[in-house]
Amino acid sequence: MGKRRGLEVSLAISEAVKLSRPDVIAAYPITPQTHIVEELAQMVADGELDSEFIMVESEHSAMSACCGASATGARAFTATASQGLALMHEVLFIASGLRLPIVMAVANRALSAPLSIWGDQSDIMAERDAGWIQVFAETGQDAFDLTIQSFRWAEDPRVLLPAIVNIDGFTLTHVIEPLEVESQEDIDSFLPPYDPPIRLDPEKPVSIGPVGFPEIYTEIKKQQNEALLGAYPVIVEVWEEFEKAFGRKYSPVEEFMTEDARIIICLAGAISGTARIAVEQMRSEGKKVGLLRIRLWRPFPFEDVRKALCKAEAVSVIDRALSFGGPGGPIFSEIRSALFPLDEKPSVLGFIAGLGGRDVTIENFREIVEETEQVLDGGEEFEYKMIGVRGD
Amino acid sequence: MAEKKTDFIPRILPLRELFAEGHRACQGCGEAIALRLLLKASGPDTIICSATGCTEIISSPYPQTAWRVPWIHVAFENAAAVASGVEAAIKTMRKKGRYHDRKINVIAIAGDGGTADIGLQALSGALERFHDFTYVCTDNEAYMNTGIQRSSATPYGASTTTSPSGRQSIGQSTQKKNVPLIAAAHEIPYVATCTPSYPFDLLDKARKAFETEGPCYLHVLTPCPTGWRFPSHLTIEYGRLAVQTGVFPLFEVIDGRFNINHSIEKRKPVIEYLKGQGRFRHLKEKEIEEIQRRVDEHCEKLMRLVKATS
Repeated sequence: MGKRRGLEVSLAISEAVKLSRPDVIAAYPITPQTHIVEELAQMVADGELDSEFIMVESEHSAMSACCGASATGARAFTATASQGLALMHEVLFIASGLRLPIVMAVANRALSAPLSIWGDQSDIMAERDAGWIQVFAETGQDAFDLTIQSFRWAEDPRVLLPAIVNIDGFTLTHVIEPLEVESQEDIDSFLPPYDPPIRLDPEKPVSIGPVGFPEIYTEIKKQQNEALLGAYPVIVEVWEEFEKAFGRKYSPVEEFMTEDARIIICLAGAISGTARIAVEQMRSEGKKVGLLRIRLWRPFPFEDVRKALCKAEAVSVIDRALSFGGPGGPIFSEIRSALFPLDEKPSVLGFIAGLGGRDVTIENFREIVEETEQVLDGGEEFEYKMIGVRGD
Repeated sequence: MAEKKTDFIPRILPLRELFAEGHRACQGCGEAIALRLLLKASGPDTIICSATGCTEIISSPYPQTAWRVPWIHVAFENAAAVASGVEAAIKTMRKKGRYHDRKINVIAIAGDGGTADIGLQALSGALERFHDFTYVCTDNEAYMNTGIQRSSATPYGASTTTSPSGRQSIGQSTQKKNVPLIAAAHEIPYVATCTPSYPFDLLDKARKAFETEGPCYLHVLTPCPTGWRFPSHLTIEYGRLAVQTGVFPLFEVIDGRFNINHSIEKRKPVIEYLKGQGRFRHLKEKEIEEIQRRVDEHCEKLMRLVKATS
């Protein structure tokens, strides 16, 4: 068993990274991610972490340096948020296309304009299709464990894809939580050193990142998609092994009081903490409400979602991001498409909440459930609504 | 001023071609000659980080490759950042016993667009962080891969597809960005200009760069028949004329000391370089006089730098 410690979640991630023994860390400061890399820099400075720490001049270069390092066979890590993630955008697709198992923590934050340093999930939703494995953490323990696990599934020879751990900016990154910090010895036996199938090495020259003409591009993209879809069983396998080693159970989606629920709230990230309390309160008042938290975002767990939601009458999906001029939120759109093939399917309603650091309160969850009930009871249907808007 | 050439003589030049024949460069491509020579100087213990551009396009049409050394291409503006990651990875993995101990030349290669324009930030960052690598700018003075668009390294008066000459335009109206001096301002141990028209000068400078610890910068003028619009058998000739007219002086900056490798005290008139190149065809006498004036000024400045730092 690990040692129980109270840690700021950012620092818990740094601790997880240190225990994962990365070879190269390349990073650039950006709120609310900065504590993660500050702590890693300190660990290197104190000789606690044997890594090359490259303090690059931009996030674009952070991801580029990670690509170079990973292609040379190094275990590479970076962390970013918001504008920094957006600046990396171009290289994210290249990292996955080159099948480089880089691990990145993203402290989810709103995108400018207007400039906002506060949390929501707009940044990562814009990178949804970058071809990375993606998970959302709810707690500090989640963030710690998922970081270590990410190296495992990213580097698995059956997968070889980069992986992102999403942690909500401030609401998760900056809170202090109690968590089990595992020993180096235990992590070493769970996570062996990265053994790349090819690497940049004069002993066996390879060319990485060539031009793909139309007669080959489609096939390469098909392979890449199959690798991402094929990551699902590997991720589940890693979780089973993790549970055996450390006793903590993980799954692609997490159900809370969904068994006989009429309405299931569905979301990703740290606001599920508040959602649980709201669900418990509403349950105590006799409302049949449940909660489904999406932990695995890419590859999207369609089957798990269907299984968890098929018996409900309605699903209220909460997004901390807005797809402008589109179907509301990205999670909403995924849930609806997951449920569409079912003959008898729940109504799916979208709610946009918690943008740019706006709190999502217990009251907001009640409001969401009430709105959903009204539709179920024959009220006016809607695609999605924005919750907690002042002056509405 | 020319340095004694001791490292390379024709009969001991490595025969092995590490940049393979059969690549897709245009006939008479100056860049392909430069790459071939660079790899002769670096040998097989080399890792190349290529920017998007002519070099990458001509050498890597999957499933073929012209590279007999490890090679990676990530994107356009980040060759220096990718090289930073490669260098750091080798350093740390070597320490941990997961990479062999042979000295490896990590080389970033980018064109003038990938260096003077879109890649300048990544280049500056990598030089400042003092990675042990060599950055090679193959300068053909425009975006040739995409069809001859102007870059900030396009010389004054050159007509390109996005700085065309016309009734009210002489073509490129700004002067060539001086990236070697920008690199030198980072106070790195070695900066040099060279061109495949002076192959032994290029080979010597490349070897110096590879042997020097810390970041080094090589600026290679690579005449481009397609973009400069001259017959493809004149590539070497135009490189020579660029040096002999003082348009592109060959110099080194070793630990801050400037050194000219091919005398520019007595120069041929610039008209000898300009004539015959389609990109300068539209220039009138007055404009050529202006180019001569600018070249003279640049050469004077360079000679003053030599004097001031000797």
